[in-house]
Amino acid sequence: MCLGVPGKLIEIAGEDPLFRVGRVDFAGVIREVSLAAIPDARVGEYVIVHAGLAISRLDEEEAQEVFGYLDELARIEEATPRPEAPNPKPQTPNHAFHE
Amino acid sequence: MRFMNEYRDGAYAERYRKAIAKVQTKPWTLMEVCGGQTHAILKYGIDQLLPPGITLVHGPGCPVCVTAVELIDKAIEIAARPGVTLCSFGDMVRVPGSRNDLQAAKAAGGDVRIVYSPLDALRLAQENPKKRVVFFGVGFETTAPANATAIIQAKQRNINNFSMLVAHVRVPPAMEAILSSPNNVVQGFLAPGHVCAVMGCAEYEDIARKYKVPMAVTGFEPLDILQGIHICITQLEQGRTDVAIQYARGVLREGNIAAQRLMQEVFTVIPRKWRGIGEIPESGLALSERYAEFDAERLFGLVDYSVEESTECISGLVLQGNKKPVECPAFGTRCTPETPLGATMVSSEGACAAYYRYRNIS
Repeated sequence: MCLGVPGKLIEIAGEDPLFRVGRVDFAGVIREVSLAAIPDARVGEYVIVHAGLAISRLDEEEAQEVFGYLDELARIEEATPRPEAPNPKPQTPNHAFHE
Repeated sequence: MRFMNEYRDGAYAERYRKAIAKVQTKPWTLMEVCGGQTHAILKYGIDQLLPPGITLVHGPGCPVCVTAVELIDKAIEIAARPGVTLCSFGDMVRVPGSRNDLQAAKAAGGDVRIVYSPLDALRLAQENPKKRVVFFGVGFETTAPANATAIIQAKQRNINNFSMLVAHVRVPPAMEAILSSPNNVVQGFLAPGHVCAVMGCAEYEDIARKYKVPMAVTGFEPLDILQGIHICITQLEQGRTDVAIQYARGVLREGNIAAQRLMQEVFTVIPRKWRGIGEIPESGLALSERYAEFDAERLFGLVDYSVEESTECISGLVLQGNKKPVECPAFGTRCTPETPLGATMVSSEGACAAYYRYRNIS
């Protein structure tokens, strides 16, 4: 029910922040969504959409963190005898994954 | 689809499996709060991938499952009134009330429509000024900003034939109810990513501190869930009780302030009855006095209606992590997705439906 679908904002229309809408591209399916909760959204950004409302921006750098974490983990393990988890937000995410 | 498919990579999942096995030395029980996470765990078999010492129990984060029977009865009653169009998210229409469901109300001639957004219902009201359009506003904090937006837009544009039957629930009080129960088994949480995308982490930090329980605010794809588990297990092994953000691509620690403002404008915190669990203080949202003209319960004279729940369904125990669906004697026999006894078997995010769909029942 709390399903949020990521999509790319391709167009914004309207002046009043409460009524501003964006056209969002969900891998080829285009839908109009309300931007009332992201008043400063910009074309080209990725947003998470739930029930017709964009509820959050997607941070492209943080999106790599799931992969960088594992490399960070391996690095820490090499350096220390006892296993320890890295901070889940490393400063320099390692782009180990390519789409 | 970008930002989804890459988080289903099997090779990375295997690396996470090994990393979790390496860090874990004792048995631990984690709860994933959100029904979307439960669905993904069962669908991808993540629970079966984990070392035997790690148990996942499934939380109350399925709003369809916890909506009280009396609210479903109210929706059915409203749908039966002349001149009404009742709009609902799709997964609510088959949830049994005390006598029947919204699908039966539709079959009996009620105008029941499935919409994707409360804003679609608002548009329907605008286009059909002679109809009274009621939206069945079910959901957690993820959904509340969309519903709040619809209400504020209706007020600003004087769309007086639109109203909402509000069934909103809040996650943190339910987590506190679980943690303060003498039967609690939960030692760490995968906190709900999209709820926190809206609300931020402050409420969860308070709970982590008060109950000394670690959390990872977690996303919904397999690698998200595996990383969330790794973060939680590492904290447990090290005796830490932080709220870490696994789902950092969508969640800021402060949440979405604009979305929170929309909610604060429209809603007020109330006690709410949860199906299978009972009343939990401060666990619901209702329309504030300023927006009372949009409150369908008042408009249709249903404020005082209440009903007792039937007792055969053990969904309350399932939703608090005390029972697995397969431990219910009715599971897969008297209770199936076609003939559900309770809502956890109806919604695709309900734990019982997920077990029924993804585990071979023999």
